[in-house]
Amino acid sequence: MFSVITLGLANYSLIVKQPHSTIEILSSDEISDDPNAEKSFDMMMDVLMHKRCVNCHPAGDTPLQGEDSHLHNFGIVRGEDGHGLAGYTCGTCHQEENNKISGVPGAPEWAVAPAEMVWEGKSRVEIATQMMDPARNGGRTPEEIEKHLTEHELVLWAWEPGIDAEGMPREKPPVPVDEYITAVKNWIHAGAVIPAQ
Amino acid sequence: MMKISFTINGENQIVDVDGETPLLWVIRDGLDLKGTKYGCGKAACGACTIHVEGNAVRSCSYPVKMAEGKNIITIEGLSTGDNLHPVQQAWKEEVVPQCGYCQPGFMMATAAMLNEIPKPTDKDIDQNIINICRCATYYRMRKAIHRAAEIQSQSPSL
Repeated sequence: MFSVITLGLANYSLIVKQPHSTIEILSSDEISDDPNAEKSFDMMMDVLMHKRCVNCHPAGDTPLQGEDSHLHNFGIVRGEDGHGLAGYTCGTCHQEENNKISGVPGAPEWAVAPAEMVWEGKSRVEIATQMMDPARNGGRTPEEIEKHLTEHELVLWAWEPGIDAEGMPREKPPVPVDEYITAVKNWIHAGAVIPAQ
Repeated sequence: MMKISFTINGENQIVDVDGETPLLWVIRDGLDLKGTKYGCGKAACGACTIHVEGNAVRSCSYPVKMAEGKNIITIEGLSTGDNLHPVQQAWKEEVVPQCGYCQPGFMMATAAMLNEIPKPTDKDIDQNIINICRCATYYRMRKAIHRAAEIQSQSPSL
């Protein structure tokens, strides 16, 4: 049994199969029958669930920081636009590149993800489902999600996270960046099929 | 080394320096503006807070190369001529400083907040002013921030 929800996206439909909670993003033009799609999905999610990503997709209003993903010091909060509050923004401390002297990390558009994009505490299926849902991903199409995941400097910062204030290198995601990018593209071009829980 | 030009406290400056040098070093040691203080060196305490394009910035963690073409204000430039900024007036009225070391950073952070939140609540102050004072003058600062908001509201040109 399944139901089809029209998302208003050119060439795409969101198909929810029940009772397996499987969601497929289908494109009549671009779907390939890639037997490695599920492997690509796992590889992509190994990255997206890493602390370098999840720290800025927190469950609450306060971003996480550090290798132990503790709540950001000083009571930092997301603010209305994800860039902090009026008196301080993310840019008060975080610039467009890592600071090798102070250890403060930085990348263009440093920000906390919107509240509807919470990843902390969720399963890989839950994260992928909301990531592909325009109602919860900022209205992005699958092509835009692919671009965000594979080209956005803030995302790719995860592989160049720099050193912390003690001079210790920050941990990188468990998948090399080129393999991650290939996995994302493979998964989306294969229809962005999200495996059952 | 690289030449970097910016405006600081209304004056144009060109500095020839390693672009990775913290702006704080340039301000204090290069331009001899000693009001901005070094505290932690990792953007945590806020003693080095200045304004870049009107926004509060921790200058210890801001490479000078990023200041190219920007408008910078330090505590020395907060007042207008002989007229103290409302935050400075309030700080005097409420006798806020104890040792005083961190206060320029607090005043710059407060001025930045008041530009966006002219009449802050206690919660606004607690959430927006996140600098650290080891003398724990927070109570007097809160009173001074409310007072500064009052003064500023009577000075519409600010």
